[in-house]
Amino acid sequence: MEINILEQIVIPIIKILFVVHLLIIGVMVMIWSERRVSGWIQDRLGPNRVGPQGLLQPIADGIKFLFKEDLIPNHVDKPLYVLAPAMLLIPAMIAVAVVPFGSSITIGEVEIFLQIADINIGILYILAITSLGVYGVVIGAWASNNKYSLLGGLRSSAQMISYELTLGLAIIGVLMLSGSLSLRKIAGEGQGSYPWEWNFLIHFPAFLAFTTAMFAETNRLPFDLAEAEQELVAGYHTEYSSMKFAIFFMAEYMNMIVGSAVVVTLFLGGWQFFGLENIGGEESVTAGLISFAIFFIKTGVFLFVFIWVRWTLPRFRYDQLMNFGWKFLLPVALTSIVVTGTLYIATNGNLVWIGIGNTVAAFIVVSIVAGILALDNNSKAAAQDTSAAPLRQESLTIEAIE
Amino acid sequence: MNPELIVFIIFGTVSIIGAIAVISFRHPIYSALSLIVTFFSQAGLFVLLGAHFVAAVQVIVYAGAIMVLFLFVIMLLNLGTLSAKGALTGKLKGVAIILGILLAVEGVYIAVRALDKTKVGSVVAENAEAALENAEAALNGNPIETYDIGHIGDLLFSKYLLPFEVTSLILLAALIGVIVLVKRDKQTEN
Repeated sequence: MEINILEQIVIPIIKILFVVHLLIIGVMVMIWSERRVSGWIQDRLGPNRVGPQGLLQPIADGIKFLFKEDLIPNHVDKPLYVLAPAMLLIPAMIAVAVVPFGSSITIGEVEIFLQIADINIGILYILAITSLGVYGVVIGAWASNNKYSLLGGLRSSAQMISYELTLGLAIIGVLMLSGSLSLRKIAGEGQGSYPWEWNFLIHFPAFLAFTTAMFAETNRLPFDLAEAEQELVAGYHTEYSSMKFAIFFMAEYMNMIVGSAVVVTLFLGGWQFFGLENIGGEESVTAGLISFAIFFIKTGVFLFVFIWVRWTLPRFRYDQLMNFGWKFLLPVALTSIVVTGTLYIATNGNLVWIGIGNTVAAFIVVSIVAGILALDNNSKAAAQDTSAAPLRQESLTIEAIE
Repeated sequence: MNPELIVFIIFGTVSIIGAIAVISFRHPIYSALSLIVTFFSQAGLFVLLGAHFVAAVQVIVYAGAIMVLFLFVIMLLNLGTLSAKGALTGKLKGVAIILGILLAVEGVYIAVRALDKTKVGSVVAENAEAALENAEAALNGNPIETYDIGHIGDLLFSKYLLPFEVTSLILLAALIGVIVLVKRDKQTEN
């Protein structure tokens, strides 16, 4: 077997370097834009002194972190304490390997796909790698030997197990219609150029469930119980300082970026937008670059939604979190599988009917669950007057969120 | 030496080291982490055999979900370092010795048989060669035998339909069992 050095070694290395640097720069841009957008939402300015519009603020922050004393407290479990940040950062970084960030660029004879590895189980790879990310949080929390950290770690592991199920089940409808697990096929052949051909309309409830579960997986508000400042000091990274603390944060932002990229790939048409991705012929260099730009902008818009949600929704209480995950999101995801499969056979693959059926069925299921919960709470309230008020409140909050 | 063999040696060594570490560490958290390392390396071995789906499931189910539960329980009960005393006493000691000897005999038997089959290499080299042939066939545009998820689905719903349904029934029974147990606890509380 002949090994083509250019195609099998040089180009993959260039792609890997490009994507990793893009991720790291993306983290810096995210830190800046999170603070600026937060400021904008709260009607204040945010950091605007270092560089134009404060753009160099993340670099200043990074230098500060690097020069701080790397303190390891005496009471920690040293090997695991040091290992934990890496255990969180590495899964976040390697998950991006299967995400297609554009169509393809043809230079001469060589067609370069804008993706590091197009493996035939792409989406399962993402699920597998993200499921490993929880260890960084749990091990860091345990090794810190601090009760607030431990509580944060326990909360985080319970939360991730609960929401991982929804994450996995919500995509099955998409996989059934596209008939492939490869992210390139799901994004390209599975969806058309126009927004109404994208998966988020056909699988609207699954799209919402997946997005919500992804917020939970990245430990972002309203699901940041693992680091709830008002209750747990800083949660699992209370004992961390200097660059180790910074690595925890970098991993969180990388998870957000990868998560957004996956949502764009699965539900929002990938690199396609009104046929713009075909400008200058389907296989030209321009088309490839434009498709990359489209993917980039879509991911950016979704990342903005992350920040937007953070300053819009308050944090869940722990029991609300569990109720919401198990009693609402999981049934919605399961319904979407059953309805998509049934309607695909019944209507001969008519996407309009599948879309309508999915939304209606999810609405019915959510109403039924909310009804059952309300009845349950009423009967409990009748039995126990003392606990009536908080229980009612809880059910109301959940309904309001739905 | 072909690349597959190098990767196999790496994954195989790591998985054996991990397995030994599981029983060597005194602290349950370290043991659980070593088990994760072993599971992950085994997923790597599955990839080498062309079973990508099995590898992904191995990581999602074992390394991802089950081990998180293990860690969760260890952390929740706050298990400390195990003492060497009292771990193996009385009848258990005899059983452990017999089982250990049996396992060692099995290991030697497999190793001898593998050496018999191919003089220089082992079963692994054969697998690696098969994988290479597959890759070559793919390069030449020939259809190759891949074990992708469609293949597994076809087999599950035709050849292995009965075992598949039986498994799902057992899982359903376990699910209902858990719900019943939890409900009973709540009723007695009230």
